[in-house]
Amino acid sequence: MKIAGLDIGSRTVKLVVMDGSKILLAKKVLNSHDPLNTVFTLLDGASYDYMVATGYGRHLINEVFSCTIISEIKAFALGSRAVYPSCRAVLDIGGQDTKAIHINEKGKIVKFEMNDKCAAGTGRFLEIMAHALNYSNIDEFSKAACTATKAQTINNMCTVFAESEVISLISRGAKREEVALGIHRAIVSRTLRLLNRVAPSGDVVFAGGVALNECARKLISEELKRPVFVPPDPQIIGAYGAALYGQNKR
Amino acid sequence: MSGYNQMWSELGLDLEAHDALLSVLGDSYHNIFMTQKNRPEGMKYFDFVMSEVHGLRIKELMDAKTQGKKVIGLYCVFVPEELIIAVDGISVGLCAGAEFNFEGAEQILPRNLCALIKSAFGFKLGRVCPYIEACDLVVGENTCDGKKKAYEVLSPYVKDLYVVDLPQTKSNAGKMLLKEEYLKFIAKLEEISGKKITYENLRKGIDIVNAKRKAVLRLAELRKSNPIPISGLDSLLINQVFFYDDPVRFTNSVNALCDELVERIKRGEGVFPEGTVRVIVSGCPMAVPNWKVPYIVETSGAAIVGEESCVGERGTRWLTETKGSTVEDLVENITDRYFKIDCAIFTPNHSRLEHIKEMFERYNAKGLIHYNLQFCQPYIIESGHFETDLKNSNIPTLRLETDYSQEDIGQLKTRVEAFIERIKG
Ligand code: SF4
Ligand code: SF4
Repeated sequence: MKIAGLDIGSRTVKLVVMDGSKILLAKKVLNSHDPLNTVFTLLDGASYDYMVATGYGRHLINEVFSCTIISEIKAFALGSRAVYPSCRAVLDIGGQDTKAIHINEKGKIVKFEMNDKCAAGTGRFLEIMAHALNYSNIDEFSKAACTATKAQTINNMCTVFAESEVISLISRGAKREEVALGIHRAIVSRTLRLLNRVAPSGDVVFAGGVALNECARKLISEELKRPVFVPPDPQIIGAYGAALYGQNKR
Repeated sequence: MSGYNQMWSELGLDLEAHDALLSVLGDSYHNIFMTQKNRPEGMKYFDFVMSEVHGLRIKELMDAKTQGKKVIGLYCVFVPEELIIAVDGISVGLCAGAEFNFEGAEQILPRNLCALIKSAFGFKLGRVCPYIEACDLVVGENTCDGKKKAYEVLSPYVKDLYVVDLPQTKSNAGKMLLKEEYLKFIAKLEEISGKKITYENLRKGIDIVNAKRKAVLRLAELRKSNPIPISGLDSLLINQVFFYDDPVRFTNSVNALCDELVERIKRGEGVFPEGTVRVIVSGCPMAVPNWKVPYIVETSGAAIVGEESCVGERGTRWLTETKGSTVEDLVENITDRYFKIDCAIFTPNHSRLEHIKEMFERYNAKGLIHYNLQFCQPYIIESGHFETDLKNSNIPTLRLETDYSQEDIGQLKTRVEAFIERIKG
């Protein structure tokens, strides 16, 4: 039986199709103003018998397709444990939210927390800052940050204030890559505070779109004094977890 | 409802804003309550009360006023309704549960203030609450810092504001203070009503309020059943109407509903599908029309089987004793009763935690949702060490912090769903 796991995030939509333990298909597309249409595009040509959906758009999909829905928390916990069985903590930094999940040795979720309403410390925040610093994409932004030898301090975590803080730092002559590093530092320290509160010990899986960011990955590994594992494609962990859930249910 | 326009304008309401408010309220009431499946017939009464909450009920208040009765508005369950009934007054709850005219409220109050307080001011300044306009006396109380200071700001906006002082510890001195304050409040009530409190009328007040509490406690008891005969939303609504309706009529209606629920239970009939997770909600009070979190919870695979809240069991679980034969004795009984309320403004406040645990067992719940209004320090602080303690008692807990806005509904839903999945394992 072929099981599809679909993760409708705010920035990207991810699909994983599995047959038994084999991954038949894994792909992702950027989300648009019309998430349903994005999902149709992504599913085009994919064949599956049963679907499990997760992510912020899960309820939307549930109205159109027949599928089971699970929360992102559960999906990320399942997916992370499957790629890294000793994991006790999951840090997922996505486009619009950040989650920290603590799981016990049996894989049960013990505690979780998410960031509050605003985009502070999420992928979206990094995108806006990259733009404010005139980098053409996140990759360039992250690589530049990695070359900096010192970081400028960023005090504001509100997207709007941080943007003007960044602009004024530059106008006062700060080096662009130092500001870039400062921004990464700021979101990493904020996120780790969340993670350390929710899951203070145990091996960590770092997932979500921001785990693709080299600088964020480096800082997180350096600052967390415990093993951090980043899956080969950190973005599909939710979709993978959803597919695994479907498998266990069938 | 336009039949009430004249009454509303006489009360000084802003008719246009008020119409807009009623229409939003009507829609959300419909979407939240009327879409529930298999509701008890007895809820029709409460649907009616809600549809007339600014209409017929206000008319009743106005009629009562012409007969010389006094309408007295309150914001807290520490103000004894028994005393108000004793002087033939009518008490109405003034707490508000909707984000209305926060811009107005924020002109005279800081932004970082709990939504309950801001909402009350928003309604008052926006001139859309007929209850506060109908009041002969508004009673505040020194509870949290937010309310305590906000009454100073409210004072010039209402005809007559009276503030009851409250103790903060459950000490002998604290109890003496509470009794003193109740005696002063009696003097105030006697002054505005021109009626003296006697053993007979106070005893009558106690009996009426006790009967009302017994009715909602009976309802609470029936929610222990499996399947659950009534939703948490409907039960919350009843606990909210508790503060507005005529007490005797309310009591009869709740009891009639309970009779129906008893029959349902006999037939094994419920309002939720099998496998629905039973949860308790604890924390800040939810005033009308604050149904946000219960709605999210009950559309995510869980059922609320109890509220540890002032709009719920914290406010109703104690009855007032009737022992003794003088006014003095009865005031003593009233003081005893109210002194037990375990609001987070008290320090320490152990009995609240015990009550949460006890409710968890009693209602056979599988999880606890701690509801915090943003900026409510007393409850937010308590929820931290409570969570640790509850964890040690194997009570899965989810702490939610929110306000009256709609923007975090998606986030809250994700958290609640994940919590329910976690409970189901
Ligand atoms: S929570 Fe405390 S302050 Fe608020 S109504 Fe209840 S007793 Fe009064
Ligand atoms: S909810 Fe908290 S902050 Fe708001 S009035 Fe009640 S006790 Fe005060």
